[in-house]
Amino acid sequence: MSLISTLARLEAVETGRAQPVATVRHRHLTGRPLVCVPLTTAGEAGAPLGALVGTDRDAPRLLVVPQPRDRDLRFAFLAELADVVLPYIDSYAADVEAAERSETDPETGKRVKVEVELCADAPQLIVPSRAGIDFVRLLGRSMRFRRTAEQDPEAPHPAPPRVPLLGRWLTHYGERARVPGSALLLALTDVLSRHWATGQSSLEDQHLGALLAWIDPPEGESGAGAALRAELLRDGRGQLVCPPAGPATDPAFDNKLLAPAIERYDRARTALAAAEDGVEADDRLGELTAAEQHIRELVASRTRPTWDAVWQGLDLLRALPEGGHAADRWTRDRWSFTGHRDRVLAGEPPQPRRDDAVTAANKLATREREQARLEAQEALDDPLVMAGRRLAGEAFAGEVTDVVMAYGEGRRPVPRPLVTVRTDDRPQPAERARVYRSLGGRPQAAEFVGHEDDGALVVLRIVDKMGRGKEPEPGSLPEKGDRVCFTLFEHEQRGGAKLPDPEETPWTHGGPPGDGSPPPDAVTEEDVL
Amino acid sequence: MNKATLASALGSPSAFGQSQFAFMRGNAFEARVKADGGAELLRLVHERLDPEAPPPKGGAVPDLGASGPEGRTARTALALREATGTGGWTLLDHPLLALDVAGSPAFLEPDAVVVHPDGSWTVVEIKSFPMLDGSADAAKVGAAARQSAVYVLALEQVAAHVDPAPRVRHTVLLVCPKDFSNLPTASAVDVRKQRSVTRRQLERLTRIEEIADSLPEGTCFAPDLPPDRLTAAVESVPATYAPECLSACELAFHCRDRARAQDAVTSLGRSLRAELGGLTTVGSVLAAARGESGDPDDPAVAALRRAAALRSEALGGVAAPRAAAEAVPCP
Repeated sequence: MSLISTLARLEAVETGRAQPVATVRHRHLTGRPLVCVPLTTAGEAGAPLGALVGTDRDAPRLLVVPQPRDRDLRFAFLAELADVVLPYIDSYAADVEAAERSETDPETGKRVKVEVELCADAPQLIVPSRAGIDFVRLLGRSMRFRRTAEQDPEAPHPAPPRVPLLGRWLTHYGERARVPGSALLLALTDVLSRHWATGQSSLEDQHLGALLAWIDPPEGESGAGAALRAELLRDGRGQLVCPPAGPATDPAFDNKLLAPAIERYDRARTALAAAEDGVEADDRLGELTAAEQHIRELVASRTRPTWDAVWQGLDLLRALPEGGHAADRWTRDRWSFTGHRDRVLAGEPPQPRRDDAVTAANKLATREREQARLEAQEALDDPLVMAGRRLAGEAFAGEVTDVVMAYGEGRRPVPRPLVTVRTDDRPQPAERARVYRSLGGRPQAAEFVGHEDDGALVVLRIVDKMGRGKEPEPGSLPEKGDRVCFTLFEHEQRGGAKLPDPEETPWTHGGPPGDGSPPPDAVTEEDVL
Repeated sequence: MNKATLASALGSPSAFGQSQFAFMRGNAFEARVKADGGAELLRLVHERLDPEAPPPKGGAVPDLGASGPEGRTARTALALREATGTGGWTLLDHPLLALDVAGSPAFLEPDAVVVHPDGSWTVVEIKSFPMLDGSADAAKVGAAARQSAVYVLALEQVAAHVDPAPRVRHTVLLVCPKDFSNLPTASAVDVRKQRSVTRRQLERLTRIEEIADSLPEGTCFAPDLPPDRLTAAVESVPATYAPECLSACELAFHCRDRARAQDAVTSLGRSLRAELGGLTTVGSVLAAARGESGDPDDPAVAALRRAAALRSEALGGVAAPRAAAEAVPCP
């Protein structure tokens, strides 16, 4: 955290309201994101309790597992979830635009341009908190290796048809969320705290209710007070008024409300199974339905406040203008989505449990590159982020005080003008180090020549983007009196060395990955875990 | 002293609690792992920690029942001593160990301790979080390792009283459910680092008598005292709050309220406190940043002023005329 955001936090403490740490929105938001507020059962791995999902803030779909430990009910929940999520994903898969991608021609080995499809937009998934992203990943992992009855008639406990497919999509989204700057799957607390600093610690910022209270406190109340209420206030029954955003539930809710309700449901189910005639069965079915309805109401009461909070947070974010480079990063997300769509269509097996060496190295390289790209782009889009980089000595801004024409030493005279900038910043570039400024969206490079006037003046030699002629093209040079901002970091990231295809993995790295689809997980014998 | 009751009496109740679902699941899993006289558990210990030893065939499971914690501790020590010479596998189910913490004994109950045929002892920790594709949540594994390290230290104290002293293994066995099933799988966890950290911390802990001596005469923490007297009593014990306390201590909300009331910078995070040099309150930092106080030659103050100037410039504010004048020199 830079000193600038530290100051913002302290100002937030003083004013009782969150302070901006960004002047533009650094993540793309689509017009129709799919919001998902999941709840999980304490102590179980990947046993959802319920979820609110949907794209319409006024009409979320409530999905509930009345007995989370029952495998069949869990599958029913996942199938329902697939019925909501997969049509939403499919609705983006068909709308494509033509794009070009360079590929290596297998016969000649040359790089050639090929026409490919790129989805015009991509489905965007929003979860309340970072734990929600982990849960999406966990759900994906729990589903993608399941076999349906169609795939494997012998499999014990076959999964409903579209569940493995949903698992593959959720896995893809969960993996993509690890790429810095990606917006396919966003945790709202992360995005909000990227844009606002609150007067509490970043640990406490993980609480969506408290975070929103700081950013947008109710009329006439301080953010600090509202946040404290959101965090701790309990009603007469000892329940949190602002339930945690999940997926974990409050233990008091589990013990006082949920456990008795599930017990009632279990009793009703056992009674129904033991019914001896139709009339008795009807009565007991009624009781079972009532018990299930009660659990549904409980789950709704815990998820609805978070659901509303997520949409409130999205409204706050939408009020910020989108940063200039966010669309560029979203295009990369669209490529990612299109790529996975193609893999699914091509009938490729689900993502393996462990990546092979080449895939893992590629993923790491991508994350590093995207991290550097994100940092550079955010600074270019946002003067407040750039201020942090200037404070750190990684950029400097100032006024041009002098431009002297000079030429390179080669046989053909090329313009190498010297530009003097007066700045308060204290950059410490090495001799002949490259610095960059943005010229119409493209980086223009300069070489550092030296300091003058005790460091207040920086002399640079511009080296490119001046056209081919002897005289620099008009507009390609700063003029005396212009405000300029140079960075010591590069604006665009180069890809690293190319790795071999996974099929060509050398034996030192484990050799080519085995083919065929991975085996399904071992299942527990009992129907109820 | 029950810190949770104390916190409630102070008006800042702790938010800790365990869901009965997690509790039931944990118990059911532990029972499954220890079923059949611990056959599955001993098999895992043999496979993961001691494959050279003869495979366990129905290890001994001594009865550790006794009255009172002291009785159970003594019974455990006796059972350990007896098992060490037998040359077979022994499983101690929920033994009770005593450890000296700051001068007063604390009783610890590991999930299980296994005595190997070579006479060495291993701590077994059974957790109900899943091991997915061979790896588990790093934070939870770390917590389990720290917990086990304390058991190892307590076992070493027991071993020191046996002659010849048996070896307490520094690799513990962590047993978790495999993937999404309730089948147990295990992993060896090396706790040497956690063990030495814990030992150092235990040695450096101020002894309770010394803390008690430093308190004013008549200090009492009884939860039924009037709140103001109770608050004063708690205040007399120094504590430095940091946000990490929230996940560990029942009194954290109380300390947080006090830290906020004192305007302490640490309530926003330890790393943030480290950046600010000698400035410890929010008010003094902001005053220094605005140029109202502080020594301009102090590097922390100078950096703050520069940061404040850059921030207001970027926000397009007019709050920092000094900075604006510097940033745009008259042509």
